Amino acid sequence: MPVEIDIAKVARLARLGLSEEELAAYGAQLEDILEHAARVQALPTEGVAPTAHPLPMVNAHRSDEVEPTLDREEVLTQAPDHTDGFFRVPAFLEDA
Amino acid sequence: MNDLADLTIGEAGRALRSGETSSVELLEAVRRRAAMTEADLHAYLTIDVEGAEAAARRADEAFAKGEDRGSLQGIPIALKDNMVTRGVETTAASQILAGWLPPYDATAVTKLHEAGAVIVGKTNLDEFAMGSSTENSAYGVSRNPWDPERVPGGSSGGSAAAVAVGSAFAALGSDTGGSIRQPASLCGVVGMKPTYGLVSRYGLIAFASSLDQIGPITRNVEDAVAVLDGIAGHDPEDATSYRGAVPDFGSRLDHGVEDLRIGVVEELSGEGIEPAVAAAFRAMLERLETAGAEITELSLPSTAYALSAYYLIAPAECSANLARFDGVRFGLRMDGGETVEEMMAATRAAGFGPEVTRRILLGTYALSAGYYDAFYGQAQKVRTLVIEDFKQAYEQADVLVTPTSPTTAFTVGERANDPLAMYLSDICNIPSNLAGDPGISVPIGVDDSGLPIGFQVLAPALAEPLLFQVAKTVEDLAGFEARPRMASSEGAA
Repeated sequence: MPVEIDIAKVARLARLGLSEEELAAYGAQLEDILEHAARVQALPTEGVAPTAHPLPMVNAHRSDEVEPTLDREEVLTQAPDHTDGFFRVPAFLEDA
Repeated sequence: MNDLADLTIGEAGRALRSGETSSVELLEAVRRRAAMTEADLHAYLTIDVEGAEAAARRADEAFAKGEDRGSLQGIPIALKDNMVTRGVETTAASQILAGWLPPYDATAVTKLHEAGAVIVGKTNLDEFAMGSSTENSAYGVSRNPWDPERVPGGSSGGSAAAVAVGSAFAALGSDTGGSIRQPASLCGVVGMKPTYGLVSRYGLIAFASSLDQIGPITRNVEDAVAVLDGIAGHDPEDATSYRGAVPDFGSRLDHGVEDLRIGVVEELSGEGIEPAVAAAFRAMLERLETAGAEITELSLPSTAYALSAYYLIAPAECSANLARFDGVRFGLRMDGGETVEEMMAATRAAGFGPEVTRRILLGTYALSAGYYDAFYGQAQKVRTLVIEDFKQAYEQADVLVTPTSPTTAFTVGERANDPLAMYLSDICNIPSNLAGDPGISVPIGVDDSGLPIGFQVLAPALAEPLLFQVAKTVEDLAGFEARPRMASSEGAA
């Protein structure tokens, strides 16, 4: 079953700024891969529960105690940009 | 074979304890081997000269004082570069993390330090562990020590190549869909994926969190037990870490296979398997039968759909996990325009290579509104069916066996432009990742070109002692002693 993809929309959702040529190339490859992956739809799965995780697990809790965290200065040495102890990014609010 | 770099961990440990050698000498030996072979292999991305020397000296001082923390003390070990190391560059072979100095150690790394191991350096991989040949590294391909025209497999290709050639005594890899076992098979070494949750994933740069597992790559089965012993155990930093008692991994190593029921997975042992691989596999089955095992053919019908399910589940999880690489807190930032969103889109387009981009797109699509049920949701149901198939199989057999890889090492470039052909490299490995069960690859012979062939053993969750028992028997029966020519001084000259 052929699969059609709005590749520009997918790239936008994934925050990938790709060129027109790249979009076309990835779009074609994805359609091929998805055609193969779509084989999963051929298997009858009525009444089968999905598995998100291989082992039966319950939530992991710990007591609410303050523990040491990463050192702020050391973390900020790796940031592309920072100011006053915070990560700095281009504006994301209008009239910021 | 008189070079220290060719010893197993067991042999090196005995030499350390008898005073015949020191950790500093072992480190010098693997460094010499790296100096001889790295130009051809490119197994390493970073060699931590100072950190390793300090650790080797500490290990020697400990031995001098009679302190002994067990079989890894003083042993030079390499790490796949998707495990974070404090203050030592960690890139996951991606441009987006070029130059990154992590502010913490992965738990597996901390445990190796605590066991007195010496971390030699960080090995090459397919970018973010996505690939089966180590060709997807942003820093250049690694090559196979048995034939540098060929790939070492992947994604833990640098780790497997280093262990095979002797530039590390052992290495850690990570296995999301065969990424420890397949390169181990292609490089003629032992590679083991533990039960999901046995080894903490804290500090393992996440690819697909419900599938990822760290494990050992070593020269023999006994060494795999030693390394796994060093890194397994519950970790509060990983919410999916297994909380029960850690099995006694090596407790059944000398038990043989008499009266064990060994199941041959029909779907993964016939069609699509290269003739030389199939012949070596069948020959080993005969030897196991002679050794007293009961061999039965059985079917895992849903494995026909496992690869398709994997290539929906793994990209879906990867598209979520890799959202964190956005140019804000660490790594690359590109100047993309006025807004933060444009900056992120420009950074990610420039920082990710083609395979990672492809999988992020694939996963984003499979999770997007309107397609979720048909792709991701359906794949998760197929995952349930795979798990049920395994459960039924383990009622008829104690362990399951397949060839590790359908082929021996392929040439560099051969599958690079055909994603689907590359994905098929891991068809025998992927079902056990979906099930969360352990698996191991043991070298059993070579094909007509002298390239290694691996034999895969699979066992139920937490049955590592049984897995190692069968693997050790396979190893003994195979008597595989061959080493890559490059690992001898004449070969490398």
